[in-house]
Amino acid sequence: MIDAENLTKKFGRIAAVDGLTFHVNEGEVFGFLGPNGAGKTTTMRILCCLISKTSGQARVGGYEIGNDLNSLKIRSIIGFLPDNVGLYEELSAYKNLDFYGKLYERTEQQRKESIERFLRLLGLWEKKDLPVGTFSKGMKQKIALARALVHEPKILFLDEPTVNLDPEAARTVRDFILELKKEKKTIFLNTHNLDEAQRICDKIGILKTRLLTVGTPEQLRELFRSSKTIIQLEKVNDFIVDAVKSQTSRNALIDGNRLIIDVASGEKENPKFIEAIVSAGGHIQYVSELSPSLEDIYLKIVREET
Amino acid sequence: MRLLSKAWIIAEKDFAIFRKKKSVIYSVVLLPLFVSISLPMILQFSGGSKSGGIPAEALPTVVNAFSFLFITGAVTLPTAIASYSLVGEKVQKSIEPLLATPTTEGEILLGKSIAAFLPPMAAIYTGAVIFMALIDSLTYSTLGYFYFPSWNMGVIMLLLAPLSSILSIEFDILISSRVNDVRAAQQLGGIIALPFAGIYVLAEASILSLETSNLLIISASLVTIDVILFYISKEVFRREKILTKWK
Repeated sequence: MIDAENLTKKFGRIAAVDGLTFHVNEGEVFGFLGPNGAGKTTTMRILCCLISKTSGQARVGGYEIGNDLNSLKIRSIIGFLPDNVGLYEELSAYKNLDFYGKLYERTEQQRKESIERFLRLLGLWEKKDLPVGTFSKGMKQKIALARALVHEPKILFLDEPTVNLDPEAARTVRDFILELKKEKKTIFLNTHNLDEAQRICDKIGILKTRLLTVGTPEQLRELFRSSKTIIQLEKVNDFIVDAVKSQTSRNALIDGNRLIIDVASGEKENPKFIEAIVSAGGHIQYVSELSPSLEDIYLKIVREET
Repeated sequence: MRLLSKAWIIAEKDFAIFRKKKSVIYSVVLLPLFVSISLPMILQFSGGSKSGGIPAEALPTVVNAFSFLFITGAVTLPTAIASYSLVGEKVQKSIEPLLATPTTEGEILLGKSIAAFLPPMAAIYTGAVIFMALIDSLTYSTLGYFYFPSWNMGVIMLLLAPLSSILSIEFDILISSRVNDVRAAQQLGGIIALPFAGIYVLAEASILSLETSNLLIISASLVTIDVILFYISKEVFRREKILTKWK
């Protein structure tokens, strides 16, 4: 549904995005993670045909970006939620959505049905005639999300949809995106929120001008598995530590009554550690594996790049 | 047709926003109303009707100069609207979602121009009708004939007013790319009225005659300037420039 190959955008001599290559399948939620200034918004703007590419290729919904005719076609099949809601504060929620419905050439009946459906789904139907300027941030974000959907697009571009929202509003928006995922919409999501990416996305790309890695959340975790074994003991003493260290050349840290040991393969090495600890008179309470969070992976990748 | 249909949708949306902004409504309605009533009153109280304060031979010059003030209105009034229409979109950050719709830059630009053009022109034409009626009623006894309608007023209303209004809108588009504040845009937009005010002063001082031939020369100059500014403003109003270079 969305393809990019060596996609590059330069502002003067500075590359905002450099050589991006990725593929998003139909019905997939693709999360773009990256620090501020990484090029997330620029990438989204290129794919939405709002700004031009410097080089490379990209296709959205089967249309090659880069010419005016295709730009119009692409913009008619996508829904776009920018990082600023950008609503007409003086107009009512209904009129805001109706205006966009008209620009997407929806009939009056289609507009009525879509607007009612989305405002009801988002719990704002009762407030449809109130000026948007009187709404809270979370409500405005919901209206902006409905605006991106009013023409029933197949592909959605959401630029940080939960940024600056309180936890409850953010959750409502996230749940709504999950509903859209069930409807098999293809979603391209820019986010800072790693937890959000983990919960919503089928695939994640980590960007810092260049695309540093792409994969499913599970693949990323597997790729950056830190392989640490944690052994909780009743009491740690020098005999036990020496016994463990005799079994490995890697790091073994003491954290209270816990031993945290770097391992190459838990399945092969853990039995040796257990045997050594028991032989040294240690009483093991439990053994577990430390699994990296998406945040660990993200920070590791971005810091390595820096 | 498509160009006009999308442009009209955008203009309609802007009209709906202006209706909520009393300051815009007042500025568009009050100035033409003030000009159309107060100028004939000046003639009345300076004795233009019967007492001979302004001699009959001087009346056409004075009335022509007064008529020219409608051009100043045609230049200044769109500024009030265009500033809200363009800078307002920037301030509310609504320009990006609008640009992401399947509309061309030309459609958006035309829609914004229609929104800034029609209300002031409607107000100016209404004001002009009141002005002509009052002047005719006040000067008939002195002149012995109805001064209006006249070729001069025809050129002013049908050529100069729309052309200067278009000039003002194009100038506002250029200003909108440089400022982030509606009031600043309105103040800067007012600059475009200065040459027209200068012409008015020259006419009042009898240095420049606002006869039909001169008005046609001014109109021809405006057409040239409008065409040049149209290409410049079209160049400025590009998606990428709006999103990456507009302040």
